[in-house]
Amino acid sequence: MSGLSGVMVSGVTGRGLVLLALAALGLAVAPFVADRYLVSVLTTVLWFAYVGQAWNVMMGFSGLLSLGHALYVGLGAYVSAALFVHFGIGPWAGMVLAMLVAVAAGCVIGFLGFRFGVKGVHFALLTIAFAEVARIGFDHITWVGGSGGFFLPVEAGATDPLNLRGSPVLFYYVALALVVGALFLSRALLHSRLGYQWLAVREEPDAAEASGVDLFRARMTAVAVSSALTALGGVFQAFYFNNLFPEQVFSMGRSIEIILPAIVGGIGTLVGPILGAFILTPLGEALTFLIEAGGLDLPGLKQLFYGAALVVIVVFRPEGVWPWLARRLRLVRQPGEGA
Amino acid sequence: MPIDYYLNIAASGLLTGLVYGLAALGLSVIFGVVRVVNFAHGEMMVAGMYGAVLLGGWLGLDPLLSAPVMAALLFACGWLLQRGLVNKFVERPEHMQFILLLGVATILVNAMLMLFGPDARNVQVPYSFDTVEIGSMLLDAVRLRAGAAAIVVAAALFAFFRFSRTGKAIRACADNPLGARVVGLNIDGLYALTFGIGAAVVGVAGALMTLLVDARPQLAPEYTLLSFIIVIVGGLGSLPGALLGGVLIGMSEALAGFLLTPSLKSLFSYGVLIVVLLLRPQGLLGKRS
Repeated sequence: MSGLSGVMVSGVTGRGLVLLALAALGLAVAPFVADRYLVSVLTTVLWFAYVGQAWNVMMGFSGLLSLGHALYVGLGAYVSAALFVHFGIGPWAGMVLAMLVAVAAGCVIGFLGFRFGVKGVHFALLTIAFAEVARIGFDHITWVGGSGGFFLPVEAGATDPLNLRGSPVLFYYVALALVVGALFLSRALLHSRLGYQWLAVREEPDAAEASGVDLFRARMTAVAVSSALTALGGVFQAFYFNNLFPEQVFSMGRSIEIILPAIVGGIGTLVGPILGAFILTPLGEALTFLIEAGGLDLPGLKQLFYGAALVVIVVFRPEGVWPWLARRLRLVRQPGEGA
Repeated sequence: MPIDYYLNIAASGLLTGLVYGLAALGLSVIFGVVRVVNFAHGEMMVAGMYGAVLLGGWLGLDPLLSAPVMAALLFACGWLLQRGLVNKFVERPEHMQFILLLGVATILVNAMLMLFGPDARNVQVPYSFDTVEIGSMLLDAVRLRAGAAAIVVAAALFAFFRFSRTGKAIRACADNPLGARVVGLNIDGLYALTFGIGAAVVGVAGALMTLLVDARPQLAPEYTLLSFIIVIVGGLGSLPGALLGGVLIGMSEALAGFLLTPSLKSLFSYGVLIVVLLLRPQGLLGKRS
């Protein structure tokens, strides 16, 4: 699996490179050919691809199952939004503090979890517990609107990229930049000393420790990187949607939506979360469209579909769609195949 | 009389906590034997609630009488789920099991949302406003009945595992699956049976819960998390621990809801969970592994 996950340029076949270039080109010019609706769908796709990539750093690279990633999205969103609304500090500066706060929260969870030996299911539960505590807590913080929601001022037609105010196309390109950045960062990390330590910790913690890997440090850095990246996704969300509700931002359902792309695309792979988002979100949108076209009002059908996707994938393609697809279409070289 | 006030609140918390404990008991049984965390537990509980609501609406059945019906139905569902899906995952990595049941949970809760809508539904019982005076305390009749029924079901479950041959076989499975296989026990069959029993227990807990709370799909993930918290506080795999944890959480919720605001009450349970995870990760009555 790591043989597939480690490659992006090295080990990618010619066919794979062509496809990659085409996909990049297609995404780069998409807003010029697509209508508003399509751009908004693509932005959502890219957002999920990005946060899925961020989650993947913890689960995919380091084997730490977090089911509370909505916590970091929410903290990033609320910190940047509060700085903007209350102090007039724009998101480009605010995101630094947003990331720091999310990393601090991640480090508290990580410290408690790893120091006290909270493992597996228990660790996952600890992450849920913190996200839920934040959800209930933010419901009661009136400084950021409490359960009534927190709203960013919107000026129609204003274009101010310095404050991340502008048209949907601006947000599209910001999301695209986030995805590309996260992809390159993930690849660089995976091929670094730290990345190899993560993989060792994921596969055989005891053996990794015996060969001198500091388990605690390796895991903590994974949490820190993942939470910082996820917080950026939160900053984006706050300025894109201009409204924040604790019940949505911190919800368990949001945490599940974040883990879906990576699971469907392939946990621990670099392309997996992106592919997963491109599979799931359009299918979900199509489903919504069909329901509305049929004149039906069925809240929950989209989520039901996501649940079914989860079950189908985990039963039939537990390693995800990407490793299978890459093998079938010969997008990457198989182990043992000559260069 | 402030002290009577607190006693009263603690006592109603205790009774609610017994129902919580019963739900958690189901989770604990499944985890203790099959070693799979049933992430769809709260969803099954809410299914039990809707079952009781429907039976109450159609036949005017008291939730106490709907409980055995829901037990039978959920037993069948749990048995099928284990046979058809979960059994393939027993040997797979933990996060795979988790994700599988997360998927099942998502399907269940949204199916209920589509079937019953987001609005709260309840069952009418003639004694819903009655109170019973015990000493200086005034307790709701519904709460007393639900708590008493939870004790009866829990006792029956303890007796089953302690004295019956099948119960002993299941315990053997839990202690040593390989050894159990060696002496000729049908592990897969016993796993399915156990999952069925766990589902039946939480179905009963759901039916009883309709006496105390209106059924809403949104309750499902809350109850899943609540059952987890209780099981971890009490000790994974310890049946008395699950009941004790339920009572503890029920009482702390009731008191927190009274002293602070009701919307903050679950914050308290998460606080209890985090403290227990850190200071005594095996739970109050759990054995150190």
